[in-house]
Amino acid sequence: MYEQFKTRAEAVSAEVHRFGAKPAALNFILDFLKAEGVADAPQAYALWADCPFLDGLDLPSQRELPGLKFQVTRELAAMAKFGISQAGWALADTGTLVQDSTAVEGRLVSTLTEIHIALLPTNTILPDMPTLLTLVHPDQSSYIAMITGPSRTADIERVLTIGVHGPSRLIIVCVDELGGAN
Amino acid sequence: MTTEFKESIHQAVNNANLTGALGKFSEAYKVNRAKAYEGIDFEELRGRIAELKSSAAAHLDELSLEFARNAEARGAKVFRSSNPAEIREYILKVARDNGVKTVVKSKSMATEEIHLNPFLEKAGITVGETDLGEWIIQLAGQTPSHMVMPAIHMTKEEVSDLFSKEVNERLTADIPRLVKVAREQLRPMFLEADMGISGGNIACAETGSIVLMTNEGNARLVTTLPKIHIALVGIEKLVEHYRDIAPILKALPRSATAQLLTSYVSIISGPTPNPDGSLKELHIILMDNRRSEMAADPKFKQALQCIRCASCLNVCPVFRLVGGHVFGKVYTGGIGTILTAWFDELKKSEDIQGLCIQCGNCKEVCPGKIDIPELIMEIRRRLVKDQGLPLLQKAIYSVVNNRKLFHGMLRAASLAGKPLASGGLIRHLPLFLADLTNGRSLPAIASRPFRDRFREISQPKLQEKAVFYAGCLIDFAYPEQGEALVKILNKAGIEVVFPEEQTCCGAPARYNGAYEVAAGNAVDNIKALLSVDAAYVVSACPTCTVALAHEFISTFESLGQDEWLPKARELAAKTVDFSTLVKKLVDAGRLTLKEGAQLGAITYHASCHLKRTLKVAAEPRELLQKAGYQLKEMFECDSCCGMGGSYSIKLPEISGPILQRKLHNIKESGAATVVMDCPGCVMQIRGGMDQDGATIRVRHTVELLADRLAD
Repeated sequence: MYEQFKTRAEAVSAEVHRFGAKPAALNFILDFLKAEGVADAPQAYALWADCPFLDGLDLPSQRELPGLKFQVTRELAAMAKFGISQAGWALADTGTLVQDSTAVEGRLVSTLTEIHIALLPTNTILPDMPTLLTLVHPDQSSYIAMITGPSRTADIERVLTIGVHGPSRLIIVCVDELGGAN
Repeated sequence: MTTEFKESIHQAVNNANLTGALGKFSEAYKVNRAKAYEGIDFEELRGRIAELKSSAAAHLDELSLEFARNAEARGAKVFRSSNPAEIREYILKVARDNGVKTVVKSKSMATEEIHLNPFLEKAGITVGETDLGEWIIQLAGQTPSHMVMPAIHMTKEEVSDLFSKEVNERLTADIPRLVKVAREQLRPMFLEADMGISGGNIACAETGSIVLMTNEGNARLVTTLPKIHIALVGIEKLVEHYRDIAPILKALPRSATAQLLTSYVSIISGPTPNPDGSLKELHIILMDNRRSEMAADPKFKQALQCIRCASCLNVCPVFRLVGGHVFGKVYTGGIGTILTAWFDELKKSEDIQGLCIQCGNCKEVCPGKIDIPELIMEIRRRLVKDQGLPLLQKAIYSVVNNRKLFHGMLRAASLAGKPLASGGLIRHLPLFLADLTNGRSLPAIASRPFRDRFREISQPKLQEKAVFYAGCLIDFAYPEQGEALVKILNKAGIEVVFPEEQTCCGAPARYNGAYEVAAGNAVDNIKALLSVDAAYVVSACPTCTVALAHEFISTFESLGQDEWLPKARELAAKTVDFSTLVKKLVDAGRLTLKEGAQLGAITYHASCHLKRTLKVAAEPRELLQKAGYQLKEMFECDSCCGMGGSYSIKLPEISGPILQRKLHNIKESGAATVVMDCPGCVMQIRGGMDQDGATIRVRHTVELLADRLAD
């Protein structure tokens, strides 16, 4: 299932990584942010929306990694470069991430930023849409959000261009030992 | 056709940017769509969609109520209305009550349908379209030319000119840069907007949810940043069950843009918290605007199965020439013609319904399984019923309905045409008829029609008989094709009978909406063709075959005439096209083609009615290859040649370029001969080759096979 998901997600320009445990995934994200020049300045900082991944983790302080913030507001999101959130499920046959986005923070960091880093418990990858619809119902979520690759358009001369209103990069970080908690 | 309409066509076909962009897109679309559907049983999928959508269409009222109940239980406000003016007022009232100054919109055809933007702007509200294509046309002061790709008619240079004015900076036509400019310009608008307006791709009654699909992410911002969200949804978007979302999500992106899924899909069920912690005000407007009337119409209820993918535009040989603006201001293309006739008025579709050449491409790809060509014919029929036929057509059909007079005139034409004909083709016609021979020579009427020559053919007396239905073209222009058919069937032990009372199949009248005339032709032909006891009624013209096998029945049904229906069905059951019959005879060992010869390369043009209505594709190819020809397929072998019966006479400015494209593809194949099963296509393509000066031979399959019969 993972392999199919990865192939399909990469086919629509998402970047897919996989880690066994949380610490390795965290290290990857921190290294990625540093390499991409995260800093405590407009258009350079990262916002991490509250999610199960963060439970019980030792996170770097602002002093250790300036520019990584855990408070999400509309104003902050509007000027952030990176947004980090967790997806609840994924669809293997289309390479799609699925989030319960009832809480607005998850949407803000995954839409207003330039780079969206999405955590995904590897064992929540489902085969397809019909399976998802039997598991996730509007009674549980007022805003079920699906994300397949970065924002794109072909509205000018049918030329595919990445990054219109949403992120121009989507980094998917699959974690095997994250559990299926949503 | 109005002069204004003719002028808009003239402008479109002479706009090289437009036809270039659309042509390239339609070619790429076909390949990409096929790839997106790989491994999927399209017929099964669209069968399910057609079923769930038609079931929803049959219960629009109940589903609207159920949707409203469920959405309201979740905290949304639902407004149901049939009246565009009332809907505009409702939206304005919500805006005024909340002190709204600016609105951001994600793409919605329903708002285009009620012309919402100019209305709100007149009331002093700033409206910003945020879909890139919609924003471009908003800046340009235009209307969308395509449901999915509103600005497909514009070049990057035109876009860079528009954007340059917007940002007061000279921008180059660099697409990624232009997209970035749009992002930078629209971002503050999103953040400042007081209200977001969206459409809805699906509305689910069981859960009171609306589903929004975008690639750019603008619908997510429109539904997230402003504190008020209004979704305007046509009630044809309703489905009953939550699970019904899945098949539509599977087909819509694949058919619309050849994607497996759009980048963003949101299922919104009731209001969600705003960034400041307050609860969003969510209004959902269920718009009827004649959709219920459509659902009550036995013919047009089918159109509610549309999921708005616009694939009917993408595969249309006419759309790729003229683009969307010729169709009008809102809905364009095949389905657009139907929606305009209903949501606007029947009269508005008078000109645009004539754009359909009835090739059937759209019917083949429609994920809602809508018979778009048939519905457009029904529009024609109703227009003719309401307004009568134009005088000239009336005169023509009064002749066509009188076989003796009609055939007499055709004979006279053979004499009258003589001075203009050379080498069997008429190259030029005088004055007002000049358009007829524009880019194409017409066949001279044969000096002796098939019906006269038939009497002189000496056939063996055989037990098994087949009735031959010649159709006007073989009878009066290509009698040699009929003679070839007799020769082949005799060889297989079948005697051919030609009832002389047979007349025009009625297709020309039917395709012009003159169903009464077509019904008259049908009755005459049924009487003639069933007068002889024969195993088959065979025709070498696919359009005639379709008339005999399908359209006599549907013409009677449309008119509510059931007197001749049983006989029409009897005739339909016996009717067979030439290639299918011959393939059967060869397979049964009753007919042998001389094998082993190397006769050189041919390319095969698959005629619209044969390929898409009769579903015959392999038979003629196999026969020709068996006879020793090497088959070299041309690009787009099954795209229309532009003939379309009287279409080429009414709209030569469209038929001409379609023919030119066909000629180009034939020549590119490298074959010295192009073969087809339809005398109408022979007339169009042979005439085109003649004017073009190309040396490629144009033949009917029947002619080539008749030369290859083994003893």
